[in-house]
Parts: sequence; structure tokens; C-alpha cells
Amino acid sequence: MNQDQAPVLVCKDLCISYYTRAGEIPAVVDFSLTVKPGETIGIVGESGCGKSTVAMAIMQHMGANGGIKSGSITFKGRDLTQLSDDELRSIRGSEIAMIYQEPFASLNPSLKISTQLMEVPLAHENISKGEARERAVQMLGDVKLPDPERLMDSYPHQLSGGQQQRVVIAMGLLSNPSLLLLDEPTTALDVTVEAGIVKLVADISKKFGTSQIYISHNLGLILETCDRVFVMYSGEVVEEGTINSLFTWPKHPYTHGLFACIPLPTADKNAAPLRPIRGQLPLPFERPQGCYYHPRCDHFKSGVCDVDHFKMEHVEGGSSDHRVRCLRYKEIDHDLLTDIEEAKEVLKLGKRVLNVDGMKKYYEVRDSSLKALVSGKRIRYVKANEELNFTAREGETVAIVGESGCGKSTFAKVLMGLEKGTEGEVRHKGKDISDIAVRDRSAKQISSLQMVFQNPFDTLNPSHSIGGQISRVIKKFGVESDKKKIFDRVMKLLDTVKLPRDFYFRKPRQLSGGQKQRIGIARAFAGNPSMVIADEPVSALDVSVAAAVTELLMEIQREHKTTLLFISHDLSVVRYLSDRIVVMYLGHILERGTTDQIFAPPYQPYTEALLSAVPIADPEVTKREIVLEGNLPSAMKPPKGCPFCTRCHRRIGDVCDNEIPPEQAVADKHVIKCHIPLEELKKVEPVIHVPDDSERIHARQ
Amino acid sequence: MTTSLTEMPTSGYGAALWRGLKSFALLRESWVGMVGAFLVIFWVLVALFAPLLAPFDPNSSIQPFAKPGAEAIKAGGTFWLGTDHIGRDILSRIIWGSRTVLIYAPLATLSAYTVGILMGLAAGYRGGWVDDVLSRVADIILSFPVLVLYIIIIATIGASGFNIIIAITFASSPGIMRIVRGLVLDLRNRDYVAAAQTRGESDWRVMLIEILPNARGPLIVDACLRLGYVIITIGVLGFLGLGLPPPDPDWGGMVNETRQMAMAFPHMTLFPCIAISSLILGFNLLADGLREISLRD
Repeated sequence: MNQDQAPVLVCKDLCISYYTRAGEIPAVVDFSLTVKPGETIGIVGESGCGKSTVAMAIMQHMGANGGIKSGSITFKGRDLTQLSDDELRSIRGSEIAMIYQEPFASLNPSLKISTQLMEVPLAHENISKGEARERAVQMLGDVKLPDPERLMDSYPHQLSGGQQQRVVIAMGLLSNPSLLLLDEPTTALDVTVEAGIVKLVADISKKFGTSQIYISHNLGLILETCDRVFVMYSGEVVEEGTINSLFTWPKHPYTHGLFACIPLPTADKNAAPLRPIRGQLPLPFERPQGCYYHPRCDHFKSGVCDVDHFKMEHVEGGSSDHRVRCLRYKEIDHDLLTDIEEAKEVLKLGKRVLNVDGMKKYYEVRDSSLKALVSGKRIRYVKANEELNFTAREGETVAIVGESGCGKSTFAKVLMGLEKGTEGEVRHKGKDISDIAVRDRSAKQISSLQMVFQNPFDTLNPSHSIGGQISRVIKKFGVESDKKKIFDRVMKLLDTVKLPRDFYFRKPRQLSGGQKQRIGIARAFAGNPSMVIADEPVSALDVSVAAAVTELLMEIQREHKTTLLFISHDLSVVRYLSDRIVVMYLGHILERGTTDQIFAPPYQPYTEALLSAVPIADPEVTKREIVLEGNLPSAMKPPKGCPFCTRCHRRIGDVCDNEIPPEQAVADKHVIKCHIPLEELKKVEPVIHVPDDSERIHARQ
Repeated sequence: MTTSLTEMPTSGYGAALWRGLKSFALLRESWVGMVGAFLVIFWVLVALFAPLLAPFDPNSSIQPFAKPGAEAIKAGGTFWLGTDHIGRDILSRIIWGSRTVLIYAPLATLSAYTVGILMGLAAGYRGGWVDDVLSRVADIILSFPVLVLYIIIIATIGASGFNIIIAITFASSPGIMRIVRGLVLDLRNRDYVAAAQTRGESDWRVMLIEILPNARGPLIVDACLRLGYVIITIGVLGFLGLGLPPPDPDWGGMVNETRQMAMAFPHMTLFPCIAISSLILGFNLLADGLREISLRD
């Protein structure tokens, strides 16, 4: 980075408001930012903190009801707030480009990739079509897309999500912009795909000298891509600094809180549990007096923090651009807090409650095309689950890990009785339930097996009150029958999930995402289940909310000795809370074992790649970089041999393509499905290296 | 709030009424909706108080054997809107006629909706052969020109209020089924539906309690528009002589009976036409208003 060059973008004392029927809503206050050429700035914060509003303001695309109240945005010496629409149009897309969260929404589904890419230089520069096409092909190669010529003639739906996002990035880079805005570009993608995009984004500034603003809620991703980071809370920056100084010595209590919410490799569910931030993000028009964070802060001091709003301050003794918005940052000793947290008892595992034995689930797909009629292959199978074998004990947490399309949700459906298994057995408490549909199960069977769903906005019926929905479960399962007793039980459940009792009368739309998910948990536990399946219960939630919900789920599990089947794609959460892990890929279990066994060599190559893909928000943890090529094969046409052979970085030869790999037992219950001999797999270095406390520059937690 | 929590929640009806009033209060913010609501309420009041409002008996010829050109049959004077070809007071007939429309149109719409919703729920939720059969039946019905369909049905089963309801139900429920089916296809994949399934709820409970209430937004708007179409339909049926049997007043019938004299005495057809269009306009504007406020939230 060149320190002497003039900055690309300077935001100064920016205040942005939205004007609604309810009045003026100050979305962003007092925001200042300088982006130097070639620098990547990260903006991190939870939803509603104003990070996307900043990006929209830089694009000058605020919508009808938004406006910049004060301050300036200077881009290469020109104040964007003063420019006319025509001038802005010539800057947008050519000098400032933006990349959005969902690639499939950013591409026009009815136009070919070539048309959409060539449009960019054609609109902004005076060049010929041939030249534009040449540049587009060149750029597709630069974003590491295979076979650019063929891609040019494809339509967006013919590409995978990761490829689409690469095309969007290529489109953004085509006009050679000075500034690239990325608004959560990988949130909608799978982890291994995300790892590829993150690597690409990190290389962009090196290769093209483009400055970037990377917006994310994930501190780990910010660490991997950015040079400097801004932490936002409730519309303002609370801390800014270089990656190194902010991640190693965070000063603001909120930044600390965020770190305590992420399951870092040092966290442990029994010894060092997550510490969720209490309370909720205040609504923009309900911000408290003084420091916006003070009602949630552990270091609040009356008469200091709640008096006046104050400016960012340079951190004494810190690096030159580490600034913080806290009056008491010097007095706070963050290490003190960690000792207060007492270690929790390790839950003893009971007898075996779930036994999955050779379970298969094939979906029939009828092909009624003429070709199928002629060849006689009218029925094809989607092999969603192939030979699943694993067990779970009482009180145990078993995680099923895999990317989308790996068959983990199908397995949940079979377990719940929404689908019937094709072959094999799923024994719950000794009884095979794989081919009993839910309506044929007894009330006791149903109530002992319940589910927590993924999407908080979908898990509750918007038409019915919270109380009604929980009561229905209690009534249906016959836990209580008397009206008064049902009501009392709902109240108790609301207490258990730590929500106020008057939520009984509320409608789901009056609740935040985290609160809805708590209700979802209350509903699952209403019938005293012995086993709960949690399908990505926190993946749609903000970090601090996710931590609280995770802790809550584990607390209730601990109390009820429930077996928890935790379905997730996020290995850091899984490592934190599960006892055993099952790694799935394309319907196969590729590796299963205890959490420690999975995270240490020998690895199945896919596990290895997954581990490498997980972003870890700790600068001192080092990872071996493995970026997978290619896409997940379709479940209609899985590879003949090892399901992972098309993307495997350790492929040993034709045997991988043609033969299904054998199960190799590493230790008791640690099984790896791979052709590579165990001896060789054992020689592999660990993917994640966590330094000992003695090696650390600064001992955190 | 905490003290009242030991009590059971207040009765469902009270709460429902309160919610209804609140959504009506929201309608105030859309002037289009307000105009629509005003027109509809106006006609509802007219129908309710018809005996008090109508100056004359709608079915007796007060101006016997009125000759063309005679003073009394024109608008104004004793008969505010004039009389028709056999000397009946048009104003009274319009006032009494509003009852016919406002009884049969909502009843027919309701009946069409009941059938359409049940078919749509079954087709969308169960899918498979149920969907195939119901959708093909709907396609067949929809492939007929509507008017021909009405003529065939009414001609077969006879013209009466009840048969009008049957004919309208038969002809418009497939359209409603299509809408409901589309909504259900989307809603049935929601997690709360899966949650209900995993606790072993019956199909009908899932369809009626979990899915249907969440489809209400688009359905209410569509119902308002459809009510307008049904009023037109009843008018058209009356005009074709397939409406209510005479002599009871029926707006469409009034237009039909007087249409041959429309050139000489336009008021005889004009005023019933205005009545029909104002009510339809009312329902359409109300639908627009409802859509506007439903989009806003």
C-alpha cells in the first residue's frame, strides 16, 4: 500500500437518516472513513447497525426516503453529495462498483453472461463490441472461472452460486473501478465456495490495485480479507484500527463482546462457554443517552457513560490509526472478567437412544421425456442418503456437518417421519421408525422426537399468537389437558427460554429473529422430547444473538438430558458444542468420530478442506489453505466412485473415480471413508494451528 | 401486564373485533380505499333501510299506462328519477333492487370462495393425482366462455336466486382454486407447516389452521374484486332475462326491460346502470385500498 497517495474515498462526519411515517430515523451518525488506494476496509457489525446504509450512501443510492443529513463523501476529490444525477451515473459502475449479497438476484436471468458483462465497458467507454468481449473473457479468467468462452454463452441459471458470484465480481471489476463495495458477498454461499471467493477478493487489491470496502457480519472473514476494520454498533463506529491491533487488542467493550460470542478454537462448552451480550440492539429512535452501548455494557459507570454522546478517541499506546469510542477503555481490564465465569459440569452420557443402521433414502424422479421412453430409463433416483450409520446416546450432542445438498436435511425428514427411508433402519429407543410416517406414530413417539427449524422468520405461523402455538403442542401431545395447566406450562416454558411472560399474547411479527428462535426452541421442548433435531438453528442470526440462542439450547439440553442432533455447515459452532461429528457429502458419511478426532489428523480430505474453509477470527491461529475447485456434483448423477473425487485435492487415481471408498476404522468409532491408506492420512499436518498461551502475543480469554 | 397474566386471555371474539376495527382504521390512510368503502357502505345502508327510503311501492304502476312523452315519467318532479315503461318509480326500484344485489352477490361470492378454497387447498397441499384431477377439471370449466356457461346452467336448472348462486359458484370457483393453489404451493414449504406436520397434525388442520390464514391477504383483495365481477354477472344475467324472475326489482333486469326505450327515454336505463357501476366501482376501489395497506405492512 502506498501511504503517500491521495485517498480514494473520504467520508467525513457523515450522518444519514431515513424519513418514514414514524418520523426521522437516524440510521448512521458521525461516520468517518478514509480509504487509501489499494486498501481493503472491513465494516463489521450486526444487522441494523447501519453498515449497508453506509455502502448505499457511498453509491448515492439511498432510495426515496433516505438522505444524507450532514457531512461529506469525497471520492477522488469530488464531493459525491453535490453531484448531479448524470455525473453520478458516470461514476457508478465505472469508478465505484458494488457487489451484493445474493448473486442470483444481481444477474438478469434472461440475458446471457456475455451480454451482461459486455454491457459494462460498452456503457462507460467508447470501445467496439469485439474489444468488450475480449475484455470480458479475460476478466472471467482473472476471477478464476474455468472455460470463460463457454461461460460467456451461458445463462445465469446454468451456473452455480459460487460461479455466479464470481461473474458478479468480474462485472464489478470490468470497468477497472477505483473502489469496490462488497456487501456480504459470501453470506448466501457454502463454506468451501465462500473460501474460494474470499481468496479471490483478497487477491483483487493486489492484482488490480482496487480499493475495497468489505461489509460483513463475520469477524473471521474480515480478518482474512481486510487491512483495516471498522466495528459499527447502532449506527456509529465504536472502534476502528488495523486488523492486527484491533483483533489482538480490542478496546471497546462491544468489540470484546463480539469476540466472546464467536466460538473460537479456544472456547469450550463446558470449560470456557460463550458469553452472549445481554440485551438487544436499541432501535434507532430509542438510542440511550450517552454511549449507545451502555445498557448492555458490563463496564457501565453511571454518571460517565450515560451523560453525553462523545467522539472517537485515539487509543493511547496503540498503533496510529486505532481509535475507539469509549470513555473508560483505559480502566477496563478485560482479563478480569474471564475468571468470573465458572466451568460447567460435563454432562454424563446415558444409554444409546438412536441407532442409524444402513439407512438409505432415494427419491424417485420420473422422466417423461421421449428419450427416456425410448431408452427405457423412465425412473431415475436422487440418492439423497447413502448408507448412513451412526449412533447417539442420551444427553449427547451429535453434529451432522455438510454443505447444502449433502443430504443432512433429508435425513432429518426421515427421522421426523415426513419421508420414509428406502432401506435400512433408524432405531429410536429400540424401535425402527424409518418407515413409519408421522401420522402413524404414537403421540409418545412424536413428542419424544422434536425439531428446531432453521429460518426464524418461517418457524412460527404469523397468523397465530405465540401462546396459542405453544399451547397447541402441549395439548396435542397430551402433556396437560386442563386449560389453566396448559397456560401455566406455557408460562414456565417462556421462563425457560428467558422471554417475558407477556409474549404469550404477541404475534410473531412483533418479535426479533432471536426471540422467534427462542420460541421455536420452547415449542420443541414443550412435549418433553428425549431427542431434538436442530437444523441450523442459529445460522440466520446475528453473532451475539446466535451465541445467546446456542447457550440457551445447550442449557435446556443439559437440564433435560436431551439428545441433540445438530445439523450445521459451520464447523466452528459444531466444534464448540458437539461431542461427536458426522461429516456428510453428497449423501455419504465421509468421516465420523468424536469432535477431537475430527479436528485432528488423520482427516478425510473433505473434512480437511472444510476445516480450512472455516474463517477464524483470531489472527494468531494459522490455517493451512486448501481451496476446492469445481462444484458440488448433482445428486442425480453422482460420481461412480468416491462422491468427493471430482473436487478432491488428494485424489490418488482412477480408483477414486470408479470405486466407492472403503470405511477405514482409525480408532473406536472414528471412521474415515477414503481410498488413501490410513498410514498416509495420519502423516497429514493439522489444518488449524492454535498457539499455546505461552506463544501468544496477548493472552485473550 | 404482569398482574393480568394469571388470567386467561380475553375472549377471541372481542380480540377479533378489535383487530378488524384497527385494520379499518388503517384504511383511512388510503383515500382510494376510503372512497370505495364510502360507496359500499352507502349501498349497504340503502339496502338495509329500503322500506324507509323508498317513496313508492317498487312493483306497482303508479303512473298507469304512461304514454311516451308524458310529463310524469321523466326525471324530476314527483318521481325523482322518473318512472319506467309501465309506470313504476325507478328510484324505489333501484332502492329495493340494491337488496337483491347485496344479498345474492356476497352469497354467491362466499359460496364460490368456499368451494374454490377447498379445491385449491387440496390441490396445492396434497399435490399428485388430486392436483392433476382438480386442475384439469378447472381447466375444462375455464375453457368455456363464461356467458355460454351461465346460459347453459341457468337454462338447465331454471332462473332463481339460488340457481344464480350455483351458476356463479360453478363458473368462478376454478379461478379461485388457481389462486389458492398457487399460494398454498408457496406456503406449504414453510417451516411452521413442517412443525405442524412433525407433531402429527391432520391434513385438514394443517390446511385450514396453518396455511389458509396466511393466504388471507391476497384472497381478501381478490374477493373484493370478484364481488364486483359477480355484481356485473348478476346484472348481465338479469339483462339476458336469466336473473331473478319478475316482478321483483333487479338492476340488470331493469336495464333489460327498458332497453328498447333507451333511445327515447335514456333515464330508464341510465339510473340502474349508474347504480350498478357505482357499487362495482366501490368494491374495486376498496380492493385497491386494501392492497395498498396490505403492501405497506
